[in-house]
Amino acid sequence: MSRLVASSLEEALRGLEVRPSRGFVDRVIARFAPVAGPVGELYVAWTAIGISWVEVASPGGEAAFTARYRERFGRPIVRATRPLPGLAAAARSGRGRRLAYDLTGLAEFDVHVLEATLAIPVGEVRPYAWVATEIGRPRAVRAVGSALGRNPVPVLIPCHRVTRSDGTIGNYGGGPALKEALLRAERVNLDELAALASSGVHYVGSTTTKIVCLPSCRDVRRVAARHRRGFRDLAEAGSAGYRPCDRCRPGLRRSA
Amino acid sequence: MSAGVARPVPAAADRALQHERGRGVLPGVQGAGADRDDEICRRLAEDLDGGFAGLVEAYGRIVLTVAARAAPVAEDAEDLAAEAFLRAYRALRRYDRARIRQLRVRPWLVTIVLNASRNARRDAARRPRTDPLAAGHEPVSPTRDAAELAETADAVRELAARLGSLPAKQRVAVVLRHVVDLPLSEVALALGCPEGTARSHVARGLAALRVAYGTAGARQGAPASRAEEKRRSDR
Repeated sequence: MSRLVASSLEEALRGLEVRPSRGFVDRVIARFAPVAGPVGELYVAWTAIGISWVEVASPGGEAAFTARYRERFGRPIVRATRPLPGLAAAARSGRGRRLAYDLTGLAEFDVHVLEATLAIPVGEVRPYAWVATEIGRPRAVRAVGSALGRNPVPVLIPCHRVTRSDGTIGNYGGGPALKEALLRAERVNLDELAALASSGVHYVGSTTTKIVCLPSCRDVRRVAARHRRGFRDLAEAGSAGYRPCDRCRPGLRRSA
Repeated sequence: MSAGVARPVPAAADRALQHERGRGVLPGVQGAGADRDDEICRRLAEDLDGGFAGLVEAYGRIVLTVAARAAPVAEDAEDLAAEAFLRAYRALRRYDRARIRQLRVRPWLVTIVLNASRNARRDAARRPRTDPLAAGHEPVSPTRDAAELAETADAVRELAARLGSLPAKQRVAVVLRHVVDLPLSEVALALGCPEGTARSHVARGLAALRVAYGTAGARQGAPASRAEEKRRSDR
């Protein structure tokens, strides 16, 4: 009992000291590691909150990557001594959804765009207008493109899976060739999608289920060719008695 | 009030001497702490990012305690401490190696966390609050049982609250000198005042706390003698 009672004010004051929690140093210092990606090597940086910066490995290597990181974030960064759990598997498979991201400093709009983009499955693509609709800003299509161009964590948040609705792949921070390589590595059939778009088909329905999807939706891949029906727009599909797919959510959100 | 006697403002020569003491140049005055400071600064000058973890590990306790006890703000004290270290890093990026090696690193960090908390409070005043006040950090000793722990936590909260009601300079001075145990020369540097003034802030703060603590202490056990207290406060 008496050991609880500080014998003097000075001793009691010593008891007011606060010790940092175990992970405190990680709240200050970022880590990075080179990771094998779907197309070549990536440099990935993370904070205590999550992944904050990704670059495709380039000439100049790690030194140039960390220099750009420090310039942008004003935060010390050192090579990780332990890998970030789940990072290697996510980078290899393109499934970035299970990882945590640190998007501190981005505009709210950009964060919403990236969150919607993170939900696009491997091997599928969505139009820019789809992202705009998903975040409740259907008219902000060009702004979506700009926000994706600022994506600090490409490949893991798959901005390469957002393409133009005319069937071309559109712009990419790392260049259109890289975007195409990433999509082909995921076995997206770009040639088929382009052919459909040029013939005016932007949605594909199943004549048996009467469900209409975006052309790259994985549910479409299971529909036999003879049961597929193409539509120019959702209104045309709707008047033919088709309802939008719950998985790829073409068009307006239900709640909107 | 014996502990509250202010010494005369030191002359320039005395200040130079204090500077030397603080640097750990004079033997026997302030050994290990200053040696460690020099070692950390040497590593920072060589490799800023690589040495920064050493800085955070060595002084996280001081910066966090100042954030929690001397500069309380509504936000989480660890957030504020982390923010202070990031500010320190951004400043160090602009310093050349010689300047980093010369740095009086502890008072410099304390100044940064105090400024950061001032900014955080100013920003918070501009925004209406929506969340309840964050709970303070309590040191936890795993050997104590729950009842004892609760009692200790109460005492800590009470003393922290009393500390919080002191005038800012006295509060900061008491925290630096008696909670994180900085030498008086570094307390003076952090407060930007002569050592005698710093000593006076410490003494007045202690005296004000003692008025309240004396009554609580009498309930629980004999308070230390005045002479002993004086010795401690002048240590």
